[in-house]
Amino acid sequence: MDARWYWRALALPGLGWLCLFAVVPVYVLVAVAMGRIDELFQPVPAWLPGTWNAGFLNKALSGALPGGEYWSTVRNTLVYVAAALALCVAVGYPVAYYLARHVRRTKALLLVLLVLPFWVSYLMRMLAWVGLLSTDGYVNRLLQAVGVARPPDWLGGHPLSLIAALAYGYLPFFILPLYAGLDRIDRRVLDAARDLGASPRGAFLRVTLPLSAPALLGGGALVVLPMFGDFYTNDLISGSPRTTMLGNQVNLFILGGPQKNLGAALVIVMMVILLIGMAAYVYASTRQRGGPA
Amino acid sequence: MTGRPRNPWGRPRVLAAVTWLYVAWSLVPVAVAMLFSFNDGRSRSVWQGFSTRWWWGDPSLSLLHNADYTHALTHSLTLALLDMAIATPLGVALALGLARWRGRGSRAANLLMLFPLVTPELVMAVSLLLLFTQVAVVPFALVELGIGAQVIGQVTFSLPYVVVVVRGRLLSIGGEYEEAARDLGASPAQALRLALLPLLSPAVVASALLVFALSMDDFVVTQYMASDQSTTSIPMLLYGSARGSATPALNALASVMVVLTLASTGLAFTTYRLALRRMREPSQAALRELMAREA
Repeated sequence: MDARWYWRALALPGLGWLCLFAVVPVYVLVAVAMGRIDELFQPVPAWLPGTWNAGFLNKALSGALPGGEYWSTVRNTLVYVAAALALCVAVGYPVAYYLARHVRRTKALLLVLLVLPFWVSYLMRMLAWVGLLSTDGYVNRLLQAVGVARPPDWLGGHPLSLIAALAYGYLPFFILPLYAGLDRIDRRVLDAARDLGASPRGAFLRVTLPLSAPALLGGGALVVLPMFGDFYTNDLISGSPRTTMLGNQVNLFILGGPQKNLGAALVIVMMVILLIGMAAYVYASTRQRGGPA
Repeated sequence: MTGRPRNPWGRPRVLAAVTWLYVAWSLVPVAVAMLFSFNDGRSRSVWQGFSTRWWWGDPSLSLLHNADYTHALTHSLTLALLDMAIATPLGVALALGLARWRGRGSRAANLLMLFPLVTPELVMAVSLLLLFTQVAVVPFALVELGIGAQVIGQVTFSLPYVVVVVRGRLLSIGGEYEEAARDLGASPAQALRLALLPLLSPAVVASALLVFALSMDDFVVTQYMASDQSTTSIPMLLYGSARGSATPALNALASVMVVLTLASTGLAFTTYRLALRRMREPSQAALRELMAREA
């Protein structure tokens, strides 16, 4: 047998699996979003594009725009994700930078410590905060010890605890790619900038920061994608309808009630928002590569 | 090299402080939660002394004696083993096929492999749920929500990880061993079995252990593919009872999960490193010997 076909045959079972259970399901999602409901409020998928009904998608799309039914959900999602991302950058950049630039003897230890949370179940990490943030938990006792008479109810729909929890949950995914990107920057470029008279600040702003932009964008994409689909952080840390995000709304429609079509349509809206973000990312990173280094 | 480059930022005290504070922030809460499984009282937030009652002491509420908890543990382990048993061979074959596949179709095949990695997990879970509940065509009609659907979902998101780990090792092995075997008359299948697979074995073991950890930790897909109480995994149980009045036995269960996944990833890392070192040593010794003879 031709060796070339031998290798293709090896890849076939895996590719077949992915077609069946990764690609076909997305088509089913579209068919349900474009389908109808019967008298029992059960979804009836429209399998052929010719029979598609855009009603649910229209409802989801117009609902997601300002003034629409789900606008507060979309707004919450955008605001919380943006704030959590900002927190990721504010904490993650110094950590990745320190690790890439300054650490020598303790590098292996620090890397292990930074990878550890990656492999502790996300739900366990949230469970830990449920204990700490509860009304009689350590966070409030610390606040009382420093003189805050009536500390807030962190688990009753407080946006701050939700944003902090999101950042806490996804920071490990942000730091590692950023560290890899910063570590790749040639130190000689920095030395050259310094020799040519740049201040430390100037060298950072005009050399390190632009050179780390692709890694920054990549790490950002890695945390933003799962945050958009996250409903469990919200359910565990807030549980209040005031902080509902897109993921919660989808979860409610799909698992909670007879609105599977609308849920599927909302998933498509979510994917469209993400695709716009991804396109911006690709545009920014290609411009980055084409521009002056 | 002209020695260590001068550090223009002086001693980075602030950076060091931020880094170590972050490390503490990321790890201490989990350690505290694990510690609370040894709480003497019923609270999961107020420390009332040390005891092992929530692990095995309490005759009905402890981890050992709570049927829901032990069932979640065995269900999680079952899922992880099944995921491992299916995703590892499937992923290894896919990695081999993709690495040696040149020309038409290879780009599309690579994109397909990466698809589960870039899809948000909720999208994947919703799509799979609709697939198994709305499609009345074989093979999908044969799968019902429950352990079967859970395993299928987990295998789907685990596959790319196996491929990435195995392909990394394949690239570092290069094509020489296989070509040598083929030159000596081996068929492609023999070259794979006799030359390539032994060299790949550390990566295969490591990826299997990673799949185990991924499966144990997974929540969204496992939750969406579940059918009833009997298909509850540990993360699902944590989701369902973290905000309720659960006892510290819940923390004990979560601690078991943390220890299992950290042990399997730690084992994956160390076996991979050790096996590679052992493989490198004989060849380097042979090389030194050859060079000594040449001299």
